[in-house]
Amino acid sequence: MFLKTIITAATVALSTSAAFAACTIDSGRLNIIGNEFPAIQTVAKNATSCEGIEAEANLTADHQKINLAGMQGNPAEYTSAILANSSIVALINEDVLRPLDDLVAKHGQDIPKHQLITVDGKVMAVAFMANAQHLVYRGDILEKIGVEPPKTYEELLAAAKMIREQGIIENPVGGAYQAGWNLAQEFVNMYLGHGGEFYKPGTAEVAINNEKGVATLNMMKALSEYMNPDFLTHDSNATSAEWEAGNVALMNMWGSRTGRLMDAEGSTPEVYNNTKVSAPMTVGGGNHPASTLWWDGWTVAKNISDKDAEATFLAMKHGTSSAILNDETMGQAVWMIDGYKPAPVNAGVFSAIDMQTTPYPMLPYQGLLHTVLGDNIADFMQGKESAEQTLSDIEAAYTAAAREKGYLK
Amino acid sequence: MKHKAFFLFVLPSSVAMLLFIFFPIISVVVQSFYVSHEQVIVTVENCGPFGCKQATAIDQEATAALREAEPLGKFAGLATYRDRNHLAVDAVGSAWEKADNWRDFGAQMLNLPFYKALGFTLTFTFVVTPLVIIFGFVIAVAVNSAASAIRGPLIFFSLLPMMITPLIGSLILFWMVDARGIIGSALQYLAGNPDLSVKASTPLMWIMLMVYGVWHAAPFAFIVYYAGLQTVNKDTLEASRIDGANRWEQIRYVIIPHLLPLTTFIALMQLMDNFRVFEPIVSFAANAHATSLSWAIYNDLGGETRQLSSAAATSVLTIIGVAILLSPVLVRTWRDFGRK
Repeated sequence: MFLKTIITAATVALSTSAAFAACTIDSGRLNIIGNEFPAIQTVAKNATSCEGIEAEANLTADHQKINLAGMQGNPAEYTSAILANSSIVALINEDVLRPLDDLVAKHGQDIPKHQLITVDGKVMAVAFMANAQHLVYRGDILEKIGVEPPKTYEELLAAAKMIREQGIIENPVGGAYQAGWNLAQEFVNMYLGHGGEFYKPGTAEVAINNEKGVATLNMMKALSEYMNPDFLTHDSNATSAEWEAGNVALMNMWGSRTGRLMDAEGSTPEVYNNTKVSAPMTVGGGNHPASTLWWDGWTVAKNISDKDAEATFLAMKHGTSSAILNDETMGQAVWMIDGYKPAPVNAGVFSAIDMQTTPYPMLPYQGLLHTVLGDNIADFMQGKESAEQTLSDIEAAYTAAAREKGYLK
Repeated sequence: MKHKAFFLFVLPSSVAMLLFIFFPIISVVVQSFYVSHEQVIVTVENCGPFGCKQATAIDQEATAALREAEPLGKFAGLATYRDRNHLAVDAVGSAWEKADNWRDFGAQMLNLPFYKALGFTLTFTFVVTPLVIIFGFVIAVAVNSAASAIRGPLIFFSLLPMMITPLIGSLILFWMVDARGIIGSALQYLAGNPDLSVKASTPLMWIMLMVYGVWHAAPFAFIVYYAGLQTVNKDTLEASRIDGANRWEQIRYVIIPHLLPLTTFIALMQLMDNFRVFEPIVSFAANAHATSLSWAIYNDLGGETRQLSSAAATSVLTIIGVAILLSPVLVRTWRDFGRK
């Protein structure tokens, strides 16, 4: 009798914890398309672990090239896309995402309000993590030259000069300046830091050929003079590798990548023990950080049955619930999930949020401008043309592209 | 072969070509004449974890109605071809009027994305194609005169560059020419300049892309020539030797004329392939220094907002470019055929 009570008690305890950790859905289909990095892998693993549904996930760095095509069919191949504030626009533009208001009302009352992304009053996505670029520095090297971690890009240049002159590192500044998306992103950061506006208010007409645009390009060039000469071929991966090799002492880097820089893998103790993060920097006397805030979130496809949409919603909700947080996953991102405890590695992103960094613009035509920026800035960075010429090239190329896409007449 | 047998024989491949080559090309051509509808933009309030912000968005209902009415988009005729990101008719016109001299005009042209891509594409095509033919021929003659015991391994090693996937092959070279890689360091040592970096210099990047192009395609020319060398008439060769021809004269007067039709074939294939140069630019992250027409198509489709019409127009221009390049060779072949 006594034994039986214990067993019953244990079973009850087990089943409650199981009910908390696992998820069971009656039926339906889940197929996730998303980028590939540790935090998203965790979300996908937990969402696809739900029982009772057909669950699949396709996580790839090329997700943006296939998510639209995979959601345009009817029924859509992918029932959920994991996106960021830049990439959601392309899918909203093509009307392949389902507004989630009814599902939130039915199943999502417990999702914290700040996680819901609304466009024109309709819930289009549920955010689960935040990201931003911010300063990463080598504590030991800054100590050696006797300066505090820079708060502005001007201070960063001064520190870089000292590091070079004292013969510590020849090219102390790092940055993801690969021609294309990365270089354009650095322009967006720096231009916002200068207080620039990308468009004439209320229109899709680009307006970057101004003093702030010139100052932005000049600052980028000044920084590049302290970078490895190959900087136009360095994306975030290559820049991280340079950091881990100890070739760089100061850089503006993604919060989601700092965990890897500070762990013991792929580097020497001298580097990883001295890798520190700090707030994003300001530029040109402005008080606004030269960085952008990002969220990653999940969506539900429009062209699927209500049953599949419901199953997808429930599974993704489980995949981004407190149940997924454990010692291993806690440091993978700045989670927006209840129960998340920030680690020192996440301080940079938190500072970015505190400083009210501008979120990356969620505009239908921002993607076009981003592509055009990435194609044209390299000419200026190599000294092939003036800043004004580059900015007018960007405006002309953007205008042609925006006409073709119907944003301009 | 009887006509009917021939027809049945080629039917499956004809159907496949029609389905997978001809129809898609028609669809691309049609696409290039259309652009997106005028987007109906509305101001909305977007909210998220970082607060609310006024922004613009596309009015989906109004756009859906437009899409329903004209599913292909808005007919634009040649507008996409004429815009600044393609043939840039207006920009070229004003450059022509404003430019003081040819140099200035050239510089302005190369600032336009299409002509910049075309410039590299043509340079690549006309440098790499002859070099591939020459190297392929030299390797074939060398391998053919090697002792038969080592010929097998020689052929295998000569073919290696072609067997390696282009993306992988160019990545290998990319890391070797890195400032800290084996070739990059060797170049710095030879030039006596510790700051020399292939990836930071446009001329060196162009040279590296072309070296890669030759390295990758020479085995193709080699294997074709090597096969051709097996068919050289031994009697003619012997006769020329009796007439006192040295080794060079044998090659010049017997082997080269014999292999001429193969050269035409290799030239055709290489002109087509090199005009579509793409993989090395991606693997070398060379787009800051060199872009090609194929890369431009990829770039149009790879952004967050897909520019289908722009990509279609560049594709059609690429097809036209290939046709122009091949026309001398095709005309010649046609004449030869007529003569027989």
